[in-house]
Amino acid sequence: MKLAVYPGCSLNGSAREYYESVSIVLEKLNIEYSEVPDWNCCGATAAHNLNKELSLVLPSRIIAAAENDGNEELLVPCAACFNRLKTVQRNICQNKEVKAKVSSSLDQNISATIQIHNIVEFIRDNILQKKDVEFIKPLHKKVACYYGCLLVRPHSVVEFDRMEDPQIMEQIMVKIGAEPIDWAYKTECCGAGFTISNAEIVAKLSAKILEDAIDRGAEMLIVACPMCHANLDMRRPMIEKILKKEVKIPVLYLTQAIGLALGIDAGKLGLKRHFVPVLNI
Amino acid sequence: MEFEPKIVAFVCNWCTYAGADLTGTSRIKYSNDVKIIRFPCTGRIDFMYLLKAFAEGADGIIVSGCHPNDCHYTSGNFHARRRWMVFEGLLNFIGIDSRRIVFSWISAAEGAKWAELVNKTVKSIQELGPYTQYQKVAGTFKKEVTNG
Amino acid sequence: MARIGVFICHCGENIGATVDCAKVAELSSRLEGVTYSVDYKYMCSDPGQTLIKKTIKEQNLTGVVVAACSPRMHEPTFRKACSEAGVNPYMVEMANIREHCSWVHDKGEATTQKAVDLVHMMVEKVKNNKPLQSIKVPVKKAALILGGGIAGIQTSLDIANAGHKVILVEREPSIGGHMSQLSETFPTLDCSQCILTPRMVEVAQNPNIELISYAELESLEGFIGNFKAKIRKKARSVDEKACTGCGLCTTKCPSRKIPSEFNENMGYRTAIYVPFPQAVPNKPVIDRENCTYYKIGKCKICEIVCPTKAIRFDQEDEIIEKEVGAIVLATGFNVLGTDFFPEYGYGKYKDVITGLQFERLASASGPTLGDIRRPSDGKIPEKIVFIACAGSRDPAKGIEYCSKICCMYTAKHAMLYKHKVPNGDASIFYMDIRAAGKMYEEFVRRAITEDEVHYIRGRVSRVYEKNGKLIVKGADTLLGGMPVEIEADMVVLATAGVASQGAEALAQKIHVSYDTHKFFTEAHPKLRPVETNTAGIFLAGACHAPKDIPESVSMASGAASKVIGLFSKSEMTREPLIAIVNRSAPPVYSSCAGCFLCISACPYQAIEKEELKDHRGKIMKTVAKVNPGLCQGCGTCVAFCRSNSIDIQGYSNEQVFAEIAALLNNDTV
Repeated sequence: MKLAVYPGCSLNGSAREYYESVSIVLEKLNIEYSEVPDWNCCGATAAHNLNKELSLVLPSRIIAAAENDGNEELLVPCAACFNRLKTVQRNICQNKEVKAKVSSSLDQNISATIQIHNIVEFIRDNILQKKDVEFIKPLHKKVACYYGCLLVRPHSVVEFDRMEDPQIMEQIMVKIGAEPIDWAYKTECCGAGFTISNAEIVAKLSAKILEDAIDRGAEMLIVACPMCHANLDMRRPMIEKILKKEVKIPVLYLTQAIGLALGIDAGKLGLKRHFVPVLNI
Repeated sequence: MEFEPKIVAFVCNWCTYAGADLTGTSRIKYSNDVKIIRFPCTGRIDFMYLLKAFAEGADGIIVSGCHPNDCHYTSGNFHARRRWMVFEGLLNFIGIDSRRIVFSWISAAEGAKWAELVNKTVKSIQELGPYTQYQKVAGTFKKEVTNG
Repeated sequence: MARIGVFICHCGENIGATVDCAKVAELSSRLEGVTYSVDYKYMCSDPGQTLIKKTIKEQNLTGVVVAACSPRMHEPTFRKACSEAGVNPYMVEMANIREHCSWVHDKGEATTQKAVDLVHMMVEKVKNNKPLQSIKVPVKKAALILGGGIAGIQTSLDIANAGHKVILVEREPSIGGHMSQLSETFPTLDCSQCILTPRMVEVAQNPNIELISYAELESLEGFIGNFKAKIRKKARSVDEKACTGCGLCTTKCPSRKIPSEFNENMGYRTAIYVPFPQAVPNKPVIDRENCTYYKIGKCKICEIVCPTKAIRFDQEDEIIEKEVGAIVLATGFNVLGTDFFPEYGYGKYKDVITGLQFERLASASGPTLGDIRRPSDGKIPEKIVFIACAGSRDPAKGIEYCSKICCMYTAKHAMLYKHKVPNGDASIFYMDIRAAGKMYEEFVRRAITEDEVHYIRGRVSRVYEKNGKLIVKGADTLLGGMPVEIEADMVVLATAGVASQGAEALAQKIHVSYDTHKFFTEAHPKLRPVETNTAGIFLAGACHAPKDIPESVSMASGAASKVIGLFSKSEMTREPLIAIVNRSAPPVYSSCAGCFLCISACPYQAIEKEELKDHRGKIMKTVAKVNPGLCQGCGTCVAFCRSNSIDIQGYSNEQVFAEIAALLNNDTV
């Protein structure tokens, strides 16, 4: 099935290492894809907070563009973009009025039947089930899988994993040789958009997350969202101030962890772009 | 003189008939152009009776029973409702004006609603005028007799 | 030839002031078939009724129309009067010229004309009436009670003490239900088993009650007054007659680590076991799935030690057939599993338990002999957190209703804990406190003021383990949503009450309605709470909806009273206004084509298939037949029938056509 990837604003900007790792892992697994042509911002939090119509039209344009290009599957690595696209798709499919409004704004009939995947789901379906994938450098580390908010909530929209205690990332980690720990903060909020308006809150919340992971023996944190990564990695100095100690646990994107296990060079996975050094790899 | 339509109401004993009783007990006045035929349940109503009523000279018909989920016999009104959905389409297809039939749910507590329904139906049938077309086709048309 | 009498009532001024009754009487007398027509001030009064009776005799009337108030008011009155004068009561109809005419229209010619039309309609109907006889259905005076919890026990005792035979079927090896698992009951803190076991013994000793335990209903046929039940008595592997209940086998059984269902998996039992010491019957049962002999053919220690040789390894299930007249469903409830609350950690952390498990801990005969101990390490918890509404009132995860008993039992649990561990700390996270019963509010007050239980209004978002403690993260909404974190030693979840296992299958087996949550549906939520829509089957206890013990007992007695009422005569009398499938002489037999659409239309399963045979016994046709004991007279089947083979007495096709024609053709004015 023809696959499109929607990087969204962050994967070309602050999370470019995420996109680097996604591209190279897909390449290594011989999965062909193309970027959604002429894609636009999904609207993120700003649109649905300010203007209902904008929040519907922006993601619909992306879906329409992907469908017009003949794609049947759409991979959305950014958790927020994924959540927005899925929400709007559901809205269009369940509400005739929304469908009509969006179709008229876009000046085309939109079907919105394309399958939208988040990175965790996509990897599960293309790696866990595959037999010919070889992890030549198993990641022998204790990892804490951090899902954040948008991957698993609301359940009726994302239809993915268990809302309160998701397990799929852990299953993937086991497959690549890592040891996922059971911990209490895997779906607790990192502070999200407060990183811009009130970073103190991010520091407080993210500090709790890291503290619990470290207390339970995690050696690295695995994430699948650019915002979570930024809060847990880029905001580390503020977190260290709150915890009153040095906190060196690195934060890796899921695709970077998989890339390492597949034997891809750390540099090619963008690991050198992190604020908190990813040592001992 | 304003045309006084002949309207027959097929109602169920447990809800609408009782509701119409309540209208009476409450002394709420309404038009006398509607006469009630009592049934145990709207599920009993074979819709051929409606055509029979038209053939006998009815200008309009009301069918009314218990609200869905409240049927005294559990499911009779669901069957009536389904029948009506199919029947209405069929009527329009064969050229019988389905606006002359009013399908409604009135409970035993809704005395005022019954009066309202009667008055509304009488008014709408008055606007539609006397219904002689079906009688002519059925061969039952008699010379028009004015009420009085 | 019809000889119909028409009687127009003035009802004082109620009709007389608006309708010209004399004129109506006069015009009605001109109708074909009307022999006599008269008007009178008050037809329902003694003189009025006497007038009717006199006229019937003098004029040899075959039918009567009384034009007066609504038939919903006085139809039985006039039917009875006419029947006393020799006219079949079903040859009597009423024209509603009060509620539907005089009371809602203005005085005038049009109103009088309408009254005439309505009378005409009923006259034409009566011409098509047939004399009908009340239907008599025999009643077998024996009751089948399904479920031996407190509701089933109460119903059985009530019916048995009224002098009727009762068959009580219980699925578990002992009666008692969930009440036998409780330690104390609210609001009195009575020892649950102490108040229950005398009743259980009463059931065992009552000569009118036949207790069939470790058994389930296999199949049910028939209808009210005439049910045929097949009961599967599962094999205990013990001869109940030979067994004396000495219990030696249970002490010698080497398989000792089987999780005990009675103790909610908080303790163990043996493979041959009695569920609890006060079990009735106090006879053991072998759990064949876990017994060494059944698994690998070895052991048989119980057989060896049994002093009366009561062990029967080759015992088989037995099917028992019973004929009963009424059935009471008392199958109780279950406690919701906590799979969809992974955030509470049930199953992950040993010290997170359900309310029912807490009962077993608190119970003096439980796995910890009444001490509250952590399942993980056996230590006594110093801090317990109770989470109310763990599953109930939550549309997002499936149980939107309130389970009714949890507020009370959570308060009770907190109190019991404080009584046993006075220096302990008990907190309850709640949404509302529902303590509506008698002495209930006072009970909860007592928990707060006397036992110093902390009530925190808010929900719990997560329970997780850290450094050997259970961290409970919740919020205090009375303090503006302030986050509250408690480091507890034990967490007790007040899980939702749900339908008992197998409720849906049972309901389908016996044709009783049930709702989306598999609770059995009552006939009317306000006025008929102990009956179902299936005649002869009644409801008692929590199988209908979650409820506490006093409500279960009341409902049980209510159901029993319905059964006793049913059994008070040896025959039931029913109104004959029911459906009938036509029958005629061979070779037609019936115009029924045997499509049986009517069977699917009937809400009461009142239509059956009948094989019509010729004189040699050969089946000529299988047609529909209405069971006169079950038909409620709705007429839905009549509208379904494509061959007009089924009609309903009192509202037949001919009668309806006559009414329509009469209403619309009035050239008599």
